[in-house]
Amino acid sequence: MLFTTVSNALSTLSEPWWKVFYDFSSLTKSIDEGLRNSMPSFWAVTLEMLIIGVLFLLFYAAIGLFLVYWERKVCAFIQNRLGPNRIGPYGVFQTIADLVKLLFKELIPIKNADSFLFNLAPYIVIIVNFMVLGAIPFAKGLHAIDFNIGIFYVIAVSSMSVVGVLLAGWSSNSKYSLIGAMRSGAQIVSYELSIGLSIITIVILAGSMQLSEIVESQRTGWFIFKGHIPALIAFVIYIIAGTAETNRGPFDMAEAESELTAGYHTEYSGIKFAFFYLAEYINMFIVASIASTLFLGGWMPFHVGNWEGFNHIMDFIPPFFWFLGKTFFVIYLIMLFKWTFPRLRIDQLLTLEWKYLLPINLVNVLIMAFIVLMGWHF
Amino acid sequence: MNNIIQYFKEIIQGIGSLLKGMSVTNRYFFSPGKIVTQKYPDNRKDLVMFERFKGEVVMPHNEKNEHKCTGCGICEINCPNGSIEVISKTIMTEDGKKKRAIDKHIYRLSMCTFCALCVKTCPSNALAFSQEFEHAVFNRALLIKILNKPGSQLMKGVE
Repeated sequence: MLFTTVSNALSTLSEPWWKVFYDFSSLTKSIDEGLRNSMPSFWAVTLEMLIIGVLFLLFYAAIGLFLVYWERKVCAFIQNRLGPNRIGPYGVFQTIADLVKLLFKELIPIKNADSFLFNLAPYIVIIVNFMVLGAIPFAKGLHAIDFNIGIFYVIAVSSMSVVGVLLAGWSSNSKYSLIGAMRSGAQIVSYELSIGLSIITIVILAGSMQLSEIVESQRTGWFIFKGHIPALIAFVIYIIAGTAETNRGPFDMAEAESELTAGYHTEYSGIKFAFFYLAEYINMFIVASIASTLFLGGWMPFHVGNWEGFNHIMDFIPPFFWFLGKTFFVIYLIMLFKWTFPRLRIDQLLTLEWKYLLPINLVNVLIMAFIVLMGWHF
Repeated sequence: MNNIIQYFKEIIQGIGSLLKGMSVTNRYFFSPGKIVTQKYPDNRKDLVMFERFKGEVVMPHNEKNEHKCTGCGICEINCPNGSIEVISKTIMTEDGKKKRAIDKHIYRLSMCTFCALCVKTCPSNALAFSQEFEHAVFNRALLIKILNKPGSQLMKGVE
């Protein structure tokens, strides 16, 4: 039934079918109308939510598995190695094999652990990830929920993942987990400030918090070019703070192998560990996709002033691939951080945030407000 | 005032050094130099180990089936975990003198830590390391090796 609705929706489109890839809104609208005509509106909405949930679940797994593979390859190439190369061509099925292995592993119950919180923690992290993914504009019309305070919602929800980390550390009844969770808490709370302020810089420039509108207002030029110096500073600060917020790269004291074995997920095994591991990579994807939406124009193609021919060629690439391309560029940057820089000490980490990033960021917001007021942006 | 100049100077220098490091790793990502990974079971035929690699202790013999071991037992004394045992015998030389020679030079690979003390202390350089590294066997007794080949003799001129 669902299939017939989709095919009906596709056949009733006025344009050729491949136009769908450039603008999803007409497709989603006709699917919505088809469902509403064939059943009561309550069930139609429920079914739509179910479809979107399943789509996100599939996307989540695919992106998570791909990012694990990609990370291992990047790290290998940087260190003059080959990386996974046994399972499938170039080892592309390596992460799937790893996932199957993790699924088969035993879930070890921890003595004297708070078992309810222990089991709850991975799901909190995963739920937070899904809530943020719903607000990200993947392409034109491919946007699960478009709040008018979208970016505010993203900041608010994404900072809740620290609850899952703290719960995992507390309930494990292990000193490594507890120290890891406390470090991660201190780190996320302080770097949340930098993320918020660098996003505010862009919100001042865009004049809106709605993500679709932010993307739309970058039609004439990406914000990193439009806002020149302050936007560039905000981008750099956002990338640094985002890396710290995902507990990655040089800021991975929460799971510093040499000191804390695996930090807050030391005691987890099997699929619960896989959840934490996947959530870490999806967090990286979320940080990168927010960076590409705010600074690099989201799904907007790259346009240069009056070069009509060049702009036309750029328009030919579907917006979804623009979005993914930019996101993977930012992810590559974050991976490069991890495999280049040595790990910071906890005091160095807090010094970087409170003595360098925060003052620069505050001044940067002021400069951006001044530039917008004087109309000095492009 | 000096402090403020120092502050910004540190930021700019820090960013500069970070970018330098990132450019190195970025260059390696796009054009990796010599790939160090060995696809081991595939390239088993033409895999060449390094000269300095310590595979196992061997006693080199020349083409006349002669070795340099005089049976002095210094390697046995020096071995920290007792993996070497030298069993010597007495032979008569052509001019009617009694002389010590080795009967069996027993080397237990399963107990060896590859510290190379035997190779270093041997006064006549009779021992060496080979580059062989595939040591897996199904029977533990196969790891006890006799280094001198059957019927071998002491090389002429080695005392």
